[in-house]
Amino acid sequence: TLLKTVQAVSGRSQRRRAYHASVLPSLVSPGSPEFQAKSQAMDALVADVQDKMGQARLGGGPKAAERMRSKGKKLPRERLGLLLDPQTPFLELSSLAAHDVYPGQSIPGAGIITGIGRIAGRECMVVVNDATVKGGSYYPLTVKKHLRAQEIARENGLPCVYVVESGGAALPHQANVFPDKEHFGRIFYNMAQMSALGIPQVAMVHGISVAGGAYVPAMADENIIVREQGRIFLAGPPLVKAATGEEVDEETLGGGLMHSSESGVTDHLARDDEHAIAIARGVIGDLGTAGGYVTPRPVVRPEEPLYPASELHGIVGTDLRQAFDMRDVIARVVDGSRFREFKKEYGPTMITGFAHVHGYEVGIVANNGILFSPSALKATHFIQLCSQRQIPLLFLVNVTGYMVGSKAERGGIAKDGAKMVRAVACADVPKLTVIVGGSFGAGNYGMAGRAYSPRFLWMWPNAKVSVMGSGQLSQVMTTVSKDPGQHASLKDEIESQSTALYSTARLWDDGIIKPTDTRDVVGLGLALAGRGRAGGRERSRSTTWDGSNHGFGVFRM
Amino acid sequence: LSSSSSKPHFDKILIANRGEIACRVIRTAKKLGIKTVAVYSEVDANSLHVQQADEAYCIGPAPSSESYLRMDKIIEVCHRSGAQAVHPGYGFLSENAKFSEQLAEEGIVFIGPPSSAIVSMGSKSESKNIMSAAGVPCVPGYHGTNQDPQYLFEEAQRIGFPVLIKAIHGGGGKGMRTVHAAEEFQEALESAKRESLKSFGDDNVLVEKYIVRPRHVEVQVFADTLGGVVSLWERDCSVQRRNQKIIEEAPAPGLTSELRADLSAKAVAAAKAVNYVGAGTVEFIFDNDTQDFFFMEMNTRLQVEHPVTEMVTGLDLVEWQLEVAAGNPLPLSQSAIPLVGHAFEARIYAENPRNNFLPDSGPLLYLSTPTPTHVFAPTLLPLAGSSASSDASAPLVPSRSTSSVMAPSLRLEQGFTQGSQIGVFYDPMIAKLVVHGRDRKEALRMLRRGLEEYKVVGVSTNVEFLRSLAGNDAFIAGDVETGFIPKHFDELFPPISDPSPEILAQAALFVALREHSSQTSSPSSPWTTLHARRFGGDEYERIITLQKDDSSAEPITVHVKSAQQPGHFNVDVQSGASRTSFTSVPASLVSPTTFNSTLNSASSETTIVSQPPPPAVPASLQTNTMERLHIFSGGQKTTLVLPSPKWLLSLGGDVLNAAKGALRAPMPSLVVEVRVKVGDKVEKGQPVVVLESMKTETVLRSDVSGIVKAVGCKNGEMVEEGRELVDIEDNDS
Repeated sequence: TLLKTVQAVSGRSQRRRAYHASVLPSLVSPGSPEFQAKSQAMDALVADVQDKMGQARLGGGPKAAERMRSKGKKLPRERLGLLLDPQTPFLELSSLAAHDVYPGQSIPGAGIITGIGRIAGRECMVVVNDATVKGGSYYPLTVKKHLRAQEIARENGLPCVYVVESGGAALPHQANVFPDKEHFGRIFYNMAQMSALGIPQVAMVHGISVAGGAYVPAMADENIIVREQGRIFLAGPPLVKAATGEEVDEETLGGGLMHSSESGVTDHLARDDEHAIAIARGVIGDLGTAGGYVTPRPVVRPEEPLYPASELHGIVGTDLRQAFDMRDVIARVVDGSRFREFKKEYGPTMITGFAHVHGYEVGIVANNGILFSPSALKATHFIQLCSQRQIPLLFLVNVTGYMVGSKAERGGIAKDGAKMVRAVACADVPKLTVIVGGSFGAGNYGMAGRAYSPRFLWMWPNAKVSVMGSGQLSQVMTTVSKDPGQHASLKDEIESQSTALYSTARLWDDGIIKPTDTRDVVGLGLALAGRGRAGGRERSRSTTWDGSNHGFGVFRM
Repeated sequence: LSSSSSKPHFDKILIANRGEIACRVIRTAKKLGIKTVAVYSEVDANSLHVQQADEAYCIGPAPSSESYLRMDKIIEVCHRSGAQAVHPGYGFLSENAKFSEQLAEEGIVFIGPPSSAIVSMGSKSESKNIMSAAGVPCVPGYHGTNQDPQYLFEEAQRIGFPVLIKAIHGGGGKGMRTVHAAEEFQEALESAKRESLKSFGDDNVLVEKYIVRPRHVEVQVFADTLGGVVSLWERDCSVQRRNQKIIEEAPAPGLTSELRADLSAKAVAAAKAVNYVGAGTVEFIFDNDTQDFFFMEMNTRLQVEHPVTEMVTGLDLVEWQLEVAAGNPLPLSQSAIPLVGHAFEARIYAENPRNNFLPDSGPLLYLSTPTPTHVFAPTLLPLAGSSASSDASAPLVPSRSTSSVMAPSLRLEQGFTQGSQIGVFYDPMIAKLVVHGRDRKEALRMLRRGLEEYKVVGVSTNVEFLRSLAGNDAFIAGDVETGFIPKHFDELFPPISDPSPEILAQAALFVALREHSSQTSSPSSPWTTLHARRFGGDEYERIITLQKDDSSAEPITVHVKSAQQPGHFNVDVQSGASRTSFTSVPASLVSPTTFNSTLNSASSETTIVSQPPPPAVPASLQTNTMERLHIFSGGQKTTLVLPSPKWLLSLGGDVLNAAKGALRAPMPSLVVEVRVKVGDKVEKGQPVVVLESMKTETVLRSDVSGIVKAVGCKNGEMVEEGRELVDIEDNDS
């Protein structure tokens, strides 16, 4: 940044660059009242989301924080800050999970902090129990957030570091936490699977780690416990007394010294939180080539876009009915605002083309209006191209859906839409999805919605996801229903259920991002998407269970 | 001086010295096309003088007595290398008559006076007798051979207190004691004799009148083999610490021209009295109250402070030495010798002024100096004609009539570079900063500026002290005397103020920024380029704990958060009860030690150097086992400690507890005396071991009462820092 400022001031070292045919022009007029109004509305919305994230960041609040501090503990976010390499980015996931979900209970961030950051020079998935929130216990959405973090780690080959302090499942919610496939047990299944795939699993125990929670350190490849603070047991003293009559204190039952010197459940004994983190950083630093995957360097030198990202607010605005040209968004996301467009004149409501973000190549699929048959065919063709060339896909979504009506149906829109959906589902390249406007109906499928397993799915604060627009939906319901009165309030309900906030609270996405962060967030995602095995020792991405040397992960002995 | 009559210089000379003076001699030799041969001890193998010389020979282990004082080895190197002459520098063999004689026997020229002059002047008593006979005034005193303590005491009473006891063969303040009252006399005498015996192998002392407000004024003289003697005017070296010079100037402030002429005349007479040849310095004690001056001694060598004379005369004294040694007449006659402007020399020492100037040793981890404007003295051309006047009857008046327009100049005499070790074996002087200005005020301004730009990390230095001295009102007024430092102690050592919030903010930002991944030429992933960016809800915040360089100080916490604008930070400094916030501070590291920031609209470039703790010493509450940051800002050096985290102290504590009651060497030193043996009972505070480091004695005392369990050193042994010397079992535990 400094270098750039100096260059701008001196005015002589501007990079010499001939006019490039693929540079997108900027067609917006930031001075217009319309732009200003949209910009202000988006500003307000972004500020509101920032405010909510600020609240969530405080976790269980000052009292709970003080209680932790008084025990000589670091707060969860302090642990996170110390764990990460200084001066490196952190991509937090779903920080507004569980927002306004559990009636009468505030569970900020679902009581768990997840995200990707650098530790000892390598990108890792970090999962931190927030013990200031209900003692770090697992609500249904806590489990979901934890599992999603593991899914991302597995897909991108990211070593996992679990910063554990949790009482285990939130018992009143056990039915929605314990029994099903995507419930608590899946956490340990994932740990075993990832370990078998050579993705390191490291756990630090900073506090109580009981019952199911005890299995996180126990399943880890290598773990650390804090002396006279971390505790691991399958049942706490009260349950032990009830079950066997034995009276025992926590430290004797599952303290760090005992586990490190006797049971062998833990590998490293730390003096305090900071020490545990220092050991964990050493563990990650010593992974060597066994650390699995490495993030590739970009293929070309990254270049900032020509136009300021701040204009995205005024370009898109918050009212989905107001159309905008997606090229104006692309011009503020991609390197040098250069976009080599594919089939520009054909199916113009769909934009496809090649660009670089932070130096990584990417194929962009973006909406510029309703999807017609040609638009769907164009997208299908383009996705096949990217799949063949192994170029990751970025979906910039603002879609009301595929065209309806007899003309469209006769033209086979269902068939053409299906081609696009099939191409998206089967494309053998990493997909990233950013919903910048609406994502409605089958458009959501064609544009790599959550069900299509994009590596990441982010939403802008103004984004909306639902089966159709709330107005249309309530109108349809009124028409088809036998009791129209029953649906009087439906429009409002649909409206609120389609918001980004509602979506992100339920983990239908990986978090709300600021429009101005889009380029950086996508760049981080693309860097991860390109990760491959270090040293070319490519392994199968599934475990084999055949007794070969990597059929299992690391057994704790 | 016509070129036809001049004798050729040598082709090759050997420099029997080290450090800055060896480099200084090599520089002039190079200028004159003379090849140079360096000698070095094993620890000096990589030192600057070895690199700069054309040839270099190792002459033995570190202790001077086994290397730089080995005449046989040096003579052998002369023969091996074909060096025709030896420049002894100062110290070591420079005033050793035997060396001069041995060289002569081997047909090698000693660049210095004849041994007879060295012998005469080496003895304080003999030199005074010669001077008295030559009409040079001497301080009243007893210089005789009767060393009976009672007799000396009676002599002292005859002279009247206060008196000074001095070792006859002494120098550099060694073996010297001031006695203010009769009852202190015997103790001081014993101490002086002991030190003299140890340092010079001779415990004979003299007793003389102690002058209350004395100044140290000395005259640089030069004599050739043809009987010519000139004065290169005087220097004032009054301001001293531990009886050693630290700052010198020329000319001496406040002297009338009559007094200057008188001093020079007496100095020339002194040189003539001993048939002197070469560079010499006649030292006088000048009574500030009476304006009387007395002969003290003559130094028969080139002095450390010779550059100040060079600056005001525009001459190269080493070149003169070579001329004279080659048998040529003095290059200039007395009347042609200029005296222009004013010059200062500040000696930069590895020492701790706030701890009684105790010498320090260690590596020069970081060294950054002002940029010199000159390598030699600036050329000062005397007006044509003045040099032609005949010498014999000319009055001793300097030639001030130079036509050149003079610009302030700065010269550095250094023997060490960054990474060098200031060891325990030799003098702890790191460098000399020499400045020249049109007048005393200008020279002092240059000196202050130069000192501000002189930055050292690794050893304690007197740089800041010298800067306070150069800025002291009394000093600026020229009100100097040898007791200057004790007299102005409070002004020279103001209480150390707490580091300002600005300094603390800069230190914390430096810590936060220095972990920037190194920039490579190939493109990097955003995971390295998006420094400290946070997405999706988290905020970048670092809490940095700092402490003053004192283990008892309260920790200071600084919160560093990313501001909205990339590369900007919000900084919150919490020091005690006061809190200072700086918002949106642009900050960047320009180099690993250069840090730019703008705090409260004041932009600054700060040098910050990190000094990591010794790798093998366990972290303890002691500040020198933690990382230290040295911040150079506005001529002030602030040292802050980054306290070790609690867990590290806890691990270190385990190691240290296992070693309680042990006395360790605080620095690399020589064991002078072990006063206990295994099984001895010792009291708390009892002296246990006497160490010597940098020629200064340190007494280690037991901090517990108990029984000696082990002794890990013996008399005369060199011990490294941290070595366990004695282990005492605590009775109380």
